[in-house]
Amino acid sequence: MSVKILTGTHYMLGDHACAEGAIAAGCRFFAGYPITPATEIAEWISIRLPKFGGVYIQMEDELASMAAVIGASCGGLKSMTATSGPGFSLMVENIGLAVMMEVPCVVVNIQRGAPSTGLPTLVGQADVMQAKWGSHGDYEIVAYAPASCQEMFDLTIEAFNTAERYRIPVIILSDEAVGHLREKVVIPEEKAIKLIERKKPDVSPEEYIPYKTNGDLVPPMAIAGEGYFVHMTGLTHDERGYPAISGEAHEKLVRRLIDKIQKNRGDIIKFEEIETDDADILIVSYGITARSSLKAVQILRKEKIKAGLLRLITIWPFPYEKIEEYAKKVSKIVVAEINSGQVRGEVLKAIKNDLPVIGVHKLGGDLITPYEIVEKIKED
Amino acid sequence: MEIRLKEELKHPLSKWIREDRWPHIWCSGCGIGIAMSSFLYALEELKIEPREVAIVSGIGCTGRVAGYVKVDSYHTTHGRPIPFAIGLKIAKPEMKVIVFSGDGDIVSIGGNHLIHAARRNFDIIVICVNNFNYGMTGGQFGPTTPYKAKTTTTPYGNFEYPFNLPYLAASAGATFVARWTVLHTYYLRQSIKKALKRNGFSFIEVISPCPTGFGRPNKIGEAIDEMKYYKEKSIIKNGIDPKDAELSFHGGNIVVGEFVEIERASYIEILKQSIEEIKGGQK
Amino acid sequence: MEKSKENSKPFWRTPLDYREIKKIKGKVFILEDLCKGCGFCIEFCPTGSLERSDKLNSKGYHPPIFNPEKCTGCGFCEKICPEFAIITEKIEMEVK
Repeated sequence: MSVKILTGTHYMLGDHACAEGAIAAGCRFFAGYPITPATEIAEWISIRLPKFGGVYIQMEDELASMAAVIGASCGGLKSMTATSGPGFSLMVENIGLAVMMEVPCVVVNIQRGAPSTGLPTLVGQADVMQAKWGSHGDYEIVAYAPASCQEMFDLTIEAFNTAERYRIPVIILSDEAVGHLREKVVIPEEKAIKLIERKKPDVSPEEYIPYKTNGDLVPPMAIAGEGYFVHMTGLTHDERGYPAISGEAHEKLVRRLIDKIQKNRGDIIKFEEIETDDADILIVSYGITARSSLKAVQILRKEKIKAGLLRLITIWPFPYEKIEEYAKKVSKIVVAEINSGQVRGEVLKAIKNDLPVIGVHKLGGDLITPYEIVEKIKED
Repeated sequence: MEIRLKEELKHPLSKWIREDRWPHIWCSGCGIGIAMSSFLYALEELKIEPREVAIVSGIGCTGRVAGYVKVDSYHTTHGRPIPFAIGLKIAKPEMKVIVFSGDGDIVSIGGNHLIHAARRNFDIIVICVNNFNYGMTGGQFGPTTPYKAKTTTTPYGNFEYPFNLPYLAASAGATFVARWTVLHTYYLRQSIKKALKRNGFSFIEVISPCPTGFGRPNKIGEAIDEMKYYKEKSIIKNGIDPKDAELSFHGGNIVVGEFVEIERASYIEILKQSIEEIKGGQK
Repeated sequence: MEKSKENSKPFWRTPLDYREIKKIKGKVFILEDLCKGCGFCIEFCPTGSLERSDKLNSKGYHPPIFNPEKCTGCGFCEKICPEFAIITEKIEMEVK
């Protein structure tokens, strides 16, 4: 009896949908450490993954988890870890390693009330900036923000595909509300799911140069044990992978790592536009708050106020161009998020005129209700 | 630079060396080169092919070994070669995964990972080159620096006691524990060969001179003087309790030998069996 | 009883198989430009066949110089060199 993914319609926990999405995407290695509210992902994976021949290993801490995830990916397995704010803070150093070594992997951050231990069992959305700037240095990252259990499934598969395609660590910035929500999730047939695998070298080991690209900025990846004798290091390196300690080598390498994502923004950035064609007020939101924002749009429309919602599906890379486009059409932008204004700051960066950008913020623990958004909009 | 005199007369280990990065950066008298060559001779004598081997190292002088050996090698972040090697071994269980790193990397920042990998009896070999200081950053003290030793951050003498590394590894659950100095090239080679042939967690501490970071501040002299000290003071005591494996620079001895060799089911063995049973629907 | 050139012992101290056993000598090649003058090979050679030369290599160190007379081909110098700068060969010699 062969094991299959759970094709069908389910009433599923968000965390479980994420875990099942990982399995459907081909993930066969999970290293993690239990943390509320991401523990359910680890628990589901520890039951399901071995049935597919995959390995669940619970490491001694999040530092080891991230290192093991990168090691397994270097050995050829699609790997993932899941954590929350405090664990993510421990993982950031090795996320930098994954960026530098160009190793594909997926890191799920089910955000909770922060900073520090914060509110382990309550919602937060305050790790947005950390997803982009958590590790030291200049680098680009891709972060998805699921707003429903269905998206927990779909975006996890998308995250693996993006990771494999661009050889980067990809972050799923979910939140405790979506992670602990139970909703309808439709899982398709396995053959209907499109998967992307990492580019493999098409030359012999003697001719292979580990970090040489053919103009598309993503080098093909050789895994261990196939005779390619790769050397991967976190030090600044040249095309052969050997340490190259000079400003010139650093400029070349880091510029390519940044361009790898920035030049492909068009393919990576995703958002949903609801009732924005004639909108006069634009609400920008993501995650669970996007659902409150959607209801707020509906309430406002009933009162004949022309509101629209721009729901960010990828928070990083940030869609500055789209915001700039709307800034010319609307009379105000409202950003609703459960933090002190992290995405609002990015929206302000994108606007060239002095359009008012209003923030509807809560710092963690409570959801922002649709009425709070409506009231804030009507206030001005 | 090539390690050969003429085409027919090349160093027997030249196939293992990335000759385009040779010569290496280690100081005159540093023992890391000897630890590395003992390891490569062990691989040669067992006729292991380069593509079966993966080396993972961390940050530090010993960590640079990964960059010189012509196998799949990974130079990771400080303290994290052991969990990296765990992930790599699970993905490629047929490969021999060796963690080759220094005392600061494995025992200080990586201490937690060391004891857990030993506890799991995970199938990796950890070769920890102990030169009693943090060499790469200029010679600061670490958890293996002897009591009262002088380093750049213990200018008045170290007032901390060091670890007994074989004891640490053995009590955490390592099933093969050995300590040799770089002078004992033959025995070191034999221990590495044993570790390569077995499953489970193997820990080999290799004591090395560090004239720049440790020898000079502590008035031991040149590296040759430190090596002569090893010759004079080392005693081979195979099979003793690692608790008694003394390592003293204050008049005592340097006890070397293979201290622990236990047969116990290793992580990969249990994992493989477990997955077979789960897939077969028995669990 | 004839005595060999190398075997000057009396008959009753001569091993019976001394004609079949080969004596091993060694040849040591130094890759001079790799030497960093640590002195390990010189100090730990069991027969004292290596000596510090007065020559300077390109790094400014004095590489060792090899004297083949007493070398037994043990290969320890090759194993103890941290720079991979020594290559040794074993030569079997007929004992006449």
